[in-house]
Amino acid sequence: MKKHQRGKFNLGRLLQDNIVPVMFIVICIICFPMSGYSPTYLLNELVTRLGRNTFLVLSLLIPVMAGMGMNFAMTLGAMAGQIGLILVSDWQIWGIPGIILAMIVSIPISILFGIFCGNLLNKAKGREMITSYIIAFFMTGVYQLIVLFMMGPIIPIIHDTLKLPRGYGIRNTVSLLNMRQYLDNLLAVNVMGVKIPVLTLLIIGLLCVVIIWFRRTKLGQDMRAVAQDMEVARNAGINVDRTRIIAIVMSTVLAGFGMIIYLQNLGNFPTYSAHTQIGTFSIAALLVGGASVEKASIGNAFLGVLLFHMMFIMAPAAGTAVTGDSMIGEYFRTFVSYGVITVALIMYEARKRRAKSQTSHLLALAQREEEASAK
Amino acid sequence: MENNNAPLLEMRNIKKDFFGNQVLTDINLTLRSGEVLGLVGENGAGKSTLMKILFGMDVIRETGGYEGEVLIDGQVVKFSDPFDALAAGIGMVHQEFSLIPGFTAAENILLNREPTKKSIVSEVFGPRLNTLDYKEIAERSAKAIDKMGVKISGDMVINDMPVGHKQFTEIARELSKENLKLLILDEPTAVLTEKEAEALLQSIRNMAAHGISVIFITHRLQEILSVCDKVVIMRDGYVVKESPAKELDVPEITRWMVGRDVASAAAAEARELPDARAIMSIRKLWVDMPGEVVRDVDLDIKEGEILGIGGLAGQGKLGIPNGIMGLYEAGGTVEFDGKPIPLNSPRECLSASLAFVSEDRRGVGLLLDESLEWNVAFSAMQIQDKFLKKYLGGLFSWRDERAIRAVTNKYIDELQIKCTGSKQKAKELSGGNQQKVCLAKAFALEPRFLFVSEPTRGIDVGAKALVLEALKRFNREYGVTVVVISSELEELRQTCDRIAIVSGGKIAGILPASESSEAFGALMVSQVI
Repeated sequence: MKKHQRGKFNLGRLLQDNIVPVMFIVICIICFPMSGYSPTYLLNELVTRLGRNTFLVLSLLIPVMAGMGMNFAMTLGAMAGQIGLILVSDWQIWGIPGIILAMIVSIPISILFGIFCGNLLNKAKGREMITSYIIAFFMTGVYQLIVLFMMGPIIPIIHDTLKLPRGYGIRNTVSLLNMRQYLDNLLAVNVMGVKIPVLTLLIIGLLCVVIIWFRRTKLGQDMRAVAQDMEVARNAGINVDRTRIIAIVMSTVLAGFGMIIYLQNLGNFPTYSAHTQIGTFSIAALLVGGASVEKASIGNAFLGVLLFHMMFIMAPAAGTAVTGDSMIGEYFRTFVSYGVITVALIMYEARKRRAKSQTSHLLALAQREEEASAK
Repeated sequence: MENNNAPLLEMRNIKKDFFGNQVLTDINLTLRSGEVLGLVGENGAGKSTLMKILFGMDVIRETGGYEGEVLIDGQVVKFSDPFDALAAGIGMVHQEFSLIPGFTAAENILLNREPTKKSIVSEVFGPRLNTLDYKEIAERSAKAIDKMGVKISGDMVINDMPVGHKQFTEIARELSKENLKLLILDEPTAVLTEKEAEALLQSIRNMAAHGISVIFITHRLQEILSVCDKVVIMRDGYVVKESPAKELDVPEITRWMVGRDVASAAAAEARELPDARAIMSIRKLWVDMPGEVVRDVDLDIKEGEILGIGGLAGQGKLGIPNGIMGLYEAGGTVEFDGKPIPLNSPRECLSASLAFVSEDRRGVGLLLDESLEWNVAFSAMQIQDKFLKKYLGGLFSWRDERAIRAVTNKYIDELQIKCTGSKQKAKELSGGNQQKVCLAKAFALEPRFLFVSEPTRGIDVGAKALVLEALKRFNREYGVTVVVISSELEELRQTCDRIAIVSGGKIAGILPASESSEAFGALMVSQVI
């Protein structure tokens, strides 16, 4: 909300540049009294969701830094995380060790997916977002193949509680009851009725530190260079393709971790659909925080998660109060996510065009000045 | 300053052809350390190709390599890519900036050669996770900037810099390389103001004093004389003159640059049209075309003439037709036949009976995946409702395939387009024949006024003559006013009645085509920016 205060100095321009966050702040302010929630309840929910989602959103930052836009294929990482969790559930390793083991199992899968995805994106330079979006859909098929057919006959699954009655494939829901919120509850503190998952937030904080440190490394510098001009970077001897693949691999691995943190908070997951919309919602959250396709900061991620989820908490209640139908909340969630992404993409193009027409105005101006001085 | 008797650089009998098209023939060149060599020549004389060979650029290898030998310090070298050349101590500053726009000057100077600090993480995961040493970056870049003897802040972001500073940053990047022995500057002053250019010349002298050799390519001949020890003049792929700078002056260099052995045949048919009225008058035109910026152009074009627009590359000659026809953002006023033409609106121009054959024939000119028939008839169909049959009082219109085929075949015959038939796809034709299709497309519009931009670029001699002849015939037979924009002066002199020379985005002068090459040459370099 710092941005809002600063807006007083150059209100018009700042509003225009931050139209999405401002819109959400307005929606939240309107919804709050209508929802009838107490501030404590709201805060409790917000902190929970901050812990649940922020890691996922942060995993998007590195591809943006490398100029590859929003990585819709973070879904691949989510799949890897889910595979890790399924295997760990079958091995019956629960609690914190289970969570850590699931993360470790997800790493090689994520790296494999990431390299595959990065290679494809290198063949579609300039169209990374649409390509990664479709890759996510396509890889859902591969995920289904693994989980629905290969788990059982090829990948050993011991416990019948996980398997479908036919003897192979995983049931529609995987229960994580024995690791539910273990991460959140360890070291949790209660401040005036608000439960704060200190450990989860610490992990998120650690990731932020890593990202800040990463920007100062050689690899981070290379990514920034590649993002701005691939040709120049290549001429300077930077291996552009490899750098871009590394960015996607990092994002995929982090998304896998993020998914595990997200699911341990929920306590169970629908095997075949948990990952499908995680990319869209995470990207929408980041964009709500004021990020654009070519610039996204840690601040954008936090602000985005707060605003986006504040609306999600309040919209159903506000919707029920106004229309009497609680389904309006879910409707709103999907509608707004896609809407935000569309608006952000259009604004990005519009801004580029505006900058371009400015150079012509400068040229006209220079000529007029020249004439004036000639007289 | 010499280490031994061998010169720093020696090029022996360099030959290069692009697919049978000889662009360099028997080039010999020597350069000692600390020497500044000026390389001049018209566009297409082969300067850039020669430098590409020296710098080991990929295009050379991809097009079949070169003949002859390049020697550095007496050793024969063969660079397989620019990084080899860099390792051998050759640096090159290209015409286009090669800078990361969002980085500071210091970051750009040491791009991909940043000093780094090791950490535990990088011990495990490799040197790419070393952290950058910002202090060292600042120091080393400041040292490189000092070598030029100019003042630039290393913290400034490239985007916020004036062009001159960008150029200096680029040179500083080369200078920051410890082993730099030879620096190639390809038209470094083209984008600079006079004052910045003077500073650059001074820094070239500084570099030479440090023992660095410089090859300096420019169109500003005065600069050559003021800074170079030796001048090499190229024309049509040959070195036509090599001499110490002291023994040359600007008119002499110009003569060597443009003078052709067979310059007399030209301009035999140039007409004077003293009574013709101005069919198009252009006033205060500016065009924002990247790399071809036009400013403050006033030009009157007479009815029925062929006007040539010539000039060096990047000086704005291409911007004029592209701006008037609405392909790039433009301002000012253009009157055609007494009526003002709205700028930035291609449709209005075409409706006003203007036509344009673009220099970008694959991008703008042709529908590559469509048949010749479509290509020839498309614009006429769109703009003038030609080749359409109307039904039900104009409610439906149907393509008149027979008329389309007839007109296509007519132009295939007339322009001698080599093809398998009017149904062949445009992309399957050779460059010269594609160019003819572009012309046919414009002719099918039956315009009163035709812009033709670079009609002979990249096509062989035979096709060239045909294309120019077709333009002339079109002008003579139908009384169409034609404006030809071309980099090749000789070709303009053979085709046109008058030739306007663009220099520095402005019209430097208009001369009858019968004027001598030297006079045109002098105009070309008169206001070069």
